[in-house]
Amino acid sequence: MPANFANDERSGFRQWLDRRSGLDSLLHHALDEPIPGGAKIAYVFGSGLLFLFLSQVITGVFLAMYYVPSADHAHTTVAYITKEVTGGSFLRSIHAYGSSAIIIVLLLHLTQTFLYGSYKGRRELVWLAGCVLLALMLGMAFTGYLLPWDQKAYFATTVGTNILSEVPWVGNALKKLLRGGTEMGTLTLSRFFVLHVFLIPAFIFAFVAMHVYSFRKAGAAGPVGEDPGRPKLPAEPFYPKQLVMDMGFAMLIIVALGFLAYAWPAELGPKADPSDTQFLPRPEWYYIPVFQYLKYWRGSAAVLGILVIPGILGLLLVGLPFFDRSLERRPWKRPISVGLFTIILVGLGGLGFASHREDMRNPGVAAQLKTQQEDTAQFMKTKFEPELSGGSLMSQNAALSNPEATKGKAVFEREGCNACHGDNGIGTSAAPKLVGVGGKYDKPKLQALLRSPTDKMTAGGMTAVELKEDEMKELVSYLDSLN
Amino acid sequence: MSSSPEGQSVSLGRRSFLVGLLAAGSTAVGALLAIPLARFTLHPILSRTTEKSWSDVGNVDEFQNLDAPVKKLVMIEQRDGWRKTVIEKPVYVSKDSKGELIVLSAVCTHLGCAVPWVEKENKFVCPCHLGMFSLDGKLLGGPPPRDMDCLETKVEDGVLKTQYQFFRQLTRDKEELA
Repeated sequence: MPANFANDERSGFRQWLDRRSGLDSLLHHALDEPIPGGAKIAYVFGSGLLFLFLSQVITGVFLAMYYVPSADHAHTTVAYITKEVTGGSFLRSIHAYGSSAIIIVLLLHLTQTFLYGSYKGRRELVWLAGCVLLALMLGMAFTGYLLPWDQKAYFATTVGTNILSEVPWVGNALKKLLRGGTEMGTLTLSRFFVLHVFLIPAFIFAFVAMHVYSFRKAGAAGPVGEDPGRPKLPAEPFYPKQLVMDMGFAMLIIVALGFLAYAWPAELGPKADPSDTQFLPRPEWYYIPVFQYLKYWRGSAAVLGILVIPGILGLLLVGLPFFDRSLERRPWKRPISVGLFTIILVGLGGLGFASHREDMRNPGVAAQLKTQQEDTAQFMKTKFEPELSGGSLMSQNAALSNPEATKGKAVFEREGCNACHGDNGIGTSAAPKLVGVGGKYDKPKLQALLRSPTDKMTAGGMTAVELKEDEMKELVSYLDSLN
Repeated sequence: MSSSPEGQSVSLGRRSFLVGLLAAGSTAVGALLAIPLARFTLHPILSRTTEKSWSDVGNVDEFQNLDAPVKKLVMIEQRDGWRKTVIEKPVYVSKDSKGELIVLSAVCTHLGCAVPWVEKENKFVCPCHLGMFSLDGKLLGGPPPRDMDCLETKVEDGVLKTQYQFFRQLTRDKEELA
């Protein structure tokens, strides 16, 4: 209601503030938005998305307090957040699961808008801004996935960026531009960080403003029977009923996220190892259908599958309010568009299912995925190991000032230990790292383990080491020096 | 939106109740969410970041016939959030009045300058404000409020080890700093 100064019951301060800021009329405008046909649970998804986005912004800003976007430190800092910082695992989990929640609520919001035909009647700009926001959110999910720089982040993004090279003519240039070079590396991480933290969020803020503004300009569309242009049903203001429903939904979201983050904290895998040739990358669940779809396109047909078909589908989605000009909103009277929408949704679900089934049916793949899961669980169990700073007196090779250990290093390499345990014992996917093993076992125990490995070690492919006494001593001394 | 005067007052009454409810609800949820954020932010301030650890000083044999304090550099590991730095710190190995080996921190208890052993004067003399200490670190004169700080020691496999620590300056009693 317009401010009535004749019998103004507001406190002196409220009046003072309102005359200078226009706060009351702003609130009035925000809260008294008329909703034809009254408040409904079906309308909560848009504000739920806004709430989730703000939650991502807040948790993201806090995570940036410890995160360092460089290939050298990213994984260490995320491990530090996850394993050491108080509440770090919880906040990171809220942020990680928040991205999944956004995709889910986005799908619900899109489905509701589509089924209710709420894009009709001069709402093209609302729809277009919404489509841009959908793309931006998918971009946030894609860029954010790389930032922890663990195995799955690295390899999933390698595959994800490789898809770009299928684009005719400019594909390779695009890929190089996004990666900051031909290969994935620290420049890729910097670029993804800038996209994830500065560029895309700025665009999201702008398009949210455009989305909300054009939505308010057109007005709420109301239930499916309502005329989208000239509403006839009695209107109910947004406040209080719809606001309570929206806030209830927001609470539901935060409680669910908090519970998930507390009960099943988001995991972090071992640090990205570009030399690993075994790793099977799998994207986050919402990209699995696309991942599976891309498998069906090989060779010259790839352009059709990767560019033409998604292009047509994207055009259909973006241009929907332009193609579908009728004012009919009831879904049962719009069989073609609703049918097409259902087919696409079911198709995406089917692709996701097919991907899972293929993975489980192939014993090699299933075993490798299981190993990767175990590696992640193992990494999560190990204590956080701070990174030795470059300015330190001690570095990996300074440990070799001990001549016995230097000879041991030669034995280590001659015997091919580094083939599985990696150069300098940093570990590979075939065998665990030996760095820090001296802290776990004393020298006699190390020697005993080398001469007769445990069953678990043997099962992992470790063989008994047979060496002359002095060489064994040198090897043990070298292992002991690795830290 | 109701347009009749009665309708408006009913809706106003219900509104102010709901305003209160929403305000209380969102404050509670906000506070609940603020707790992990605050703990997350305060982590480096509230948790001990540098763990005490034993550093090698040298073989006990080389200190058997000490007649003056010997300067030694010990390697200590300093934690700085997610990274660690290994640096060297000077200490003096000396003997107390009973002839036992002691390790003294070379940090002056006055204002933290590094204290050298002055052979000619047979005592420690701090170059900053001329604080003076005997060969076993006892305060002889000058502005320092207490003796030189003795570090904890142990002998393992014939190696003298010490736990390097920082102490607060300007206090009469030795106060450990985290």
